[in-house]
Amino acid sequence: MLSVKQHNENVTFSPELLAKFGEVVSRYPEGKQKSGLLPILHLVQAEYGWVSADAMDKVAVYLNILPIEVYEVATFYTMFLLQPKGKYVLEICRTGPCCLVGAERIMGHLEQKLGVKEGEVTSDGLFSWRGVECLAACGFGPVLQIGPEYTFYEHLTEDKVDELIDNLKAKTE
Amino acid sequence: MARKLLLTHIDVPGINTFEVYRQKGGYVAVEKVVKTMSPEDVVEEVKKSGLRGRGGAGFPTGMKWSFLAKPEGVPRYLVCNADESEPGTFKDRYLMTHIPHALIEGMIISSFALGAHTSYIYVRGEMMPQIRILERAIAEAKEKGFLGKNILGSGYDLEIYVQPGGGAYICGEETALLESLEGKRGNPRIKPPFPAIAGLYNCPTVVNNVESIAATVPIINLGGDEYAKIGIERSTGTKLISASGNIVKPGVYEIELGLPVEEFIFSDEYCGGIANGKRLKAVVAGGSSVPILPANLILKTAAGNSRLMTYESLADGGFQTGTMLGSGGFIVFDEDQCVVRNTWNFARFYHHESCGQCSPCREGTGWMEKVLHKIESGHGSMSDIDLLWDVQRKIEGNTICPLGDAAAWPVAAAIRHFRDEFEWHILHPEESQTRNYGLAHYADPLQPIVS
Repeated sequence: MLSVKQHNENVTFSPELLAKFGEVVSRYPEGKQKSGLLPILHLVQAEYGWVSADAMDKVAVYLNILPIEVYEVATFYTMFLLQPKGKYVLEICRTGPCCLVGAERIMGHLEQKLGVKEGEVTSDGLFSWRGVECLAACGFGPVLQIGPEYTFYEHLTEDKVDELIDNLKAKTE
Repeated sequence: MARKLLLTHIDVPGINTFEVYRQKGGYVAVEKVVKTMSPEDVVEEVKKSGLRGRGGAGFPTGMKWSFLAKPEGVPRYLVCNADESEPGTFKDRYLMTHIPHALIEGMIISSFALGAHTSYIYVRGEMMPQIRILERAIAEAKEKGFLGKNILGSGYDLEIYVQPGGGAYICGEETALLESLEGKRGNPRIKPPFPAIAGLYNCPTVVNNVESIAATVPIINLGGDEYAKIGIERSTGTKLISASGNIVKPGVYEIELGLPVEEFIFSDEYCGGIANGKRLKAVVAGGSSVPILPANLILKTAAGNSRLMTYESLADGGFQTGTMLGSGGFIVFDEDQCVVRNTWNFARFYHHESCGQCSPCREGTGWMEKVLHKIESGHGSMSDIDLLWDVQRKIEGNTICPLGDAAAWPVAAAIRHFRDEFEWHILHPEESQTRNYGLAHYADPLQPIVS
């Protein structure tokens, strides 16, 4: 459930971000600016790491639509994170074809390696992980992706997962 | 070596750039279209080609185009469905990643044919790298005069924009996609009216899959009649097949329609056989929503003929003994795989992805998931199999969009062809709870039970 006013961040969109919003809205006919909602929510999430209720309210003002129109979209699509997560959210495909080649084993390894359950955040704030539905890379499984770039990692093994996590840790030190 | 039309230059270094794509004959079809053909000519060539929608439904593309309403003063739209998320299917991602200009060229040809001046490529949001690749390709094409105002001096204007989705399988359904593109939840619309009459912004719209749109390029280059000579009977042309599961060489293959399934699975040119020396148990031939078939029925039709990679041959025998080409997502299971567990996995997927608009789908998919999990984990009873059968029957055909059918069919086919496995889980609770079922407790896959 969305707790609309649970997190107030006093969000202020930067001029650079607003310029990106403007480019998005220019793609649609006049009066159809609501079409820009999904791309703009992606931009907000890339900027802040998640989509807060305060940010959604401000997106509603920008697009001249009701806040509820933003909430119902943000809560419908699985990509939008409505709570703060780790800096790196590792999303691993848990659907049939990836499971045929070991995705469940990799999910178990991720839980063990990071020391947190699905959806939780590591104590250093760096990592979260979750199983997601088909990532359309079934021939290259098991796969995982990391936003906001959604970089893909294919043919995963336990060793590759360890290397990936260690590299991300090293990058942030 | 089989004939290729879409992946001909897949291994050429730099083929993702305009320059190399052009050197290899790219955008010649656009020149031909905008300089020498009328929109009606293009529609006619696509009709003659026999091209059928490559997203899953298999509806004739040229016929779909001809349904487009053309009222004066109202814009028309082409929307490319690149929301690929059917489990087992990854061909569109592959095409967009490696040969993005094939899609852009196809978008220009198709938009011209439909009289569209603004077109959108709706890409699933998880494919951010592919979105960037497409945006770069669009910029390159525009810089070279193949997009924008007055394309190649023809007087035809076209802008193409890429729209990211938000992670919802349902948006692969064309009306849900249009809702999403309008900035709403991806709830499918009741049809009619069809998008050809009232689509994006209530304007006439055609929604086509990535592969269908890219296929217009070889159709224009070859001519519709020549294209129709490739393939077999009503399954013309080539098809991208995404092969995954327990095979030696998973990947995306372009096949000429009509290839025997047995050759596709076992020849070195394609899948290379079953991995680790195992035996073939079953195949889901067209993405997770189509009926699973045991080894004997995927290799031979019910009449005993070789089953072919065509719309007709895969469907031979109807849902009792046949399946569908669907999206071309070809998932191969070896003898150690558990059909019950895989069916539960797919049921979880459809439950997760149901938009919740229709009660049979919203409630039924969750119910199927629960019952399947109960059976798979060794807590089921024999009556649960009948319950499961009953629930899937009550979903199929009772929802606004085909997601209900897509959720029901895998369950029905699994019970129909692998009922013994469901019974085994019920009769062996301890082994099921420890997942110690990688043993030869199932009926021989080459001699399955067909009830």
